[in-house]
Amino acid sequence: MQLLDLLKLSLDTFRTHRMRSFLTALGIIIGVMTVIAIVSLIQGMNYEVERQIASLGSNTLYVQKFGWGMGRLDFDEIGQRPDLVIEDAEAIARLPGIDRVAPERSRTVSRITWRGNRATTVDMVGSTPSYATTTNLRVETGRFISSDDSLRKRAVCLLGGQVVDDLFGNEDPVGRRMNIEGEKFTVIGVLARKGSFLGQSQDNVVVIPLSTFEKLYPLPRNRMARIFGGLSIGATPKPNVPLERVLDQVRELMRRRHGLGYDKPDDFGINTQDTLREIYRNITRVAIIVMIAVAGISLLVGGIGIMNIMLVAVAERTREIGLRKALGATNRDILWQFLLESILLAAIGGTIGIIIGIGIAKLAEVLAHLKAAAPFWTIALGFGFSAGVGIFFGIYPASRASRLNPIEALRRE
Amino acid sequence: MLIRTENIKKTYRLGAVDVAALRGVTLDIEQGEYVALMGPSGSGKSTLMHLLGCLDTPSEGKYWLAGKDVTTLDDIELARLRNKEIGFVFQSFNLLPRLSAQANVQLPMAYAGVRSRERAERAKELLTLVGLADRIHHRSNQLSGGEMQRVALARALANRPSLILADEPTGNLDSHTGAEVMALLDGFAEKGNTVVLVTHDQHVADHAKRVIRLCDGLIETDR
Repeated sequence: MQLLDLLKLSLDTFRTHRMRSFLTALGIIIGVMTVIAIVSLIQGMNYEVERQIASLGSNTLYVQKFGWGMGRLDFDEIGQRPDLVIEDAEAIARLPGIDRVAPERSRTVSRITWRGNRATTVDMVGSTPSYATTTNLRVETGRFISSDDSLRKRAVCLLGGQVVDDLFGNEDPVGRRMNIEGEKFTVIGVLARKGSFLGQSQDNVVVIPLSTFEKLYPLPRNRMARIFGGLSIGATPKPNVPLERVLDQVRELMRRRHGLGYDKPDDFGINTQDTLREIYRNITRVAIIVMIAVAGISLLVGGIGIMNIMLVAVAERTREIGLRKALGATNRDILWQFLLESILLAAIGGTIGIIIGIGIAKLAEVLAHLKAAAPFWTIALGFGFSAGVGIFFGIYPASRASRLNPIEALRRE
Repeated sequence: MLIRTENIKKTYRLGAVDVAALRGVTLDIEQGEYVALMGPSGSGKSTLMHLLGCLDTPSEGKYWLAGKDVTTLDDIELARLRNKEIGFVFQSFNLLPRLSAQANVQLPMAYAGVRSRERAERAKELLTLVGLADRIHHRSNQLSGGEMQRVALARALANRPSLILADEPTGNLDSHTGAEVMALLDGFAEKGNTVVLVTHDQHVADHAKRVIRLCDGLIETDR
């Protein structure tokens, strides 16, 4: 029997048992679809996160009260740490390798109003003129904070594009006076848009001078509130000075300023883009492990489904097997007939899963503006795995069919 | 000599008991003979047919088919022998219902590795021979009983076997269509094919030139 004959035979069986074949392949479809869709989404997210992290300022380090990370933080201990102060920022700025330093504080503002329009849940950042450099901010219209603004603690602000949309629509906001939680602020500029990240706008932001921020919103007494509301110091190295070298300088300086003995651990954290990348990698690692587990389980269940339906098919077609043997089919011919059927069933399921998975990725591209794309290796892997499942779970029913006694088989009604 | 059996025995195990279906059958059938195997149920005629058809091997004794010692062959060689040397006709036709008449006739040729164009040509030829030229593309479940058995006859001839084994070929047919089928078998025998009929129907057996009666696993008469 030639391969082509066997292929025709299998396809003919699927045509006769359309619903059954589809339901059997469903487990494989779901498994492969999950892999393709999730890998594509993670790819898209990787791209987007990398873009976001890069926009933080590729060469910026942040001195903060604690280091970012995935581990559990001991807030009792962190609460005991000394607050970072403006003088720390000034001392860092005097380090030989340092170019720019921008201390900042931030909080969430519940509402900003202008003539009855309102923007809600806006991120407010208080910082200095260097902030635009350390965080790659661009001013679209108007101007950034000046040292004069800082010195005089002026109530001036720059708005993100989202806030402009919410409050002013098409009107030019520069020069307008608006109300931020009861305080009057004058708009001096609009920031260039950063776009949204995973559906969350990055432009729902207002930037004011740090001195103004400190005056209006002094650090609370509560230790916990001071952990998150406190000063964060962003710093960039001079050109041609590697970030790692500056990192050590800053660390030494901070330890000295805090009077730490050589055997004491740091009571502050220094964070960089790489810290964020590390966190992100840890998150996606978990996502990938979960995905592999889900896909593995559905492929397993799909495989068991295939085995089950192939055993049914063998039982149903016992007479046919007997007849084929009487007409000259060898055990091998029968084995291949059923094995090919289960391989095809799984491979077709895998192909459908790949197509749906790519479809989901495309949908995500349109809906979430993610550059989601299935890398070729996932397609190859999805197809290979489903065919493998077809072989693994098809071999037992097929070998059972091949070993049927033709006389017994022919006698069966 | 096409068929030679030497004291073949077949014993089945039914639970703890051994049941002797054939207790020593010695038989010669020449090329071109038209033979009927008769006997009441339990006489061993079905078992003998299975052995002659290489669907089973004897527990004891020797069997030569077309010069080959069947008892020494393995699964693959037995399959090849069934494919090339034997054409089966069953009481219940045993066509694959979803396939066309032509595809059913082509089946033994597919297992023989005949090329598909050649298969199609020979299938059409054979279906014309059994008077079904106008039914070539009908699915076999759209055919009448007589037509189905005629497709089965065409299928039996597909690989030009040296032996046609027909097991109660008219058992599921009315007397009229049964007679048509027997006429075709008679025709095959006349053209020099070796035909072995298994039947308990005297009218069917009367078509054969030689009648072998089995009883309790032994040959009773051979005329």
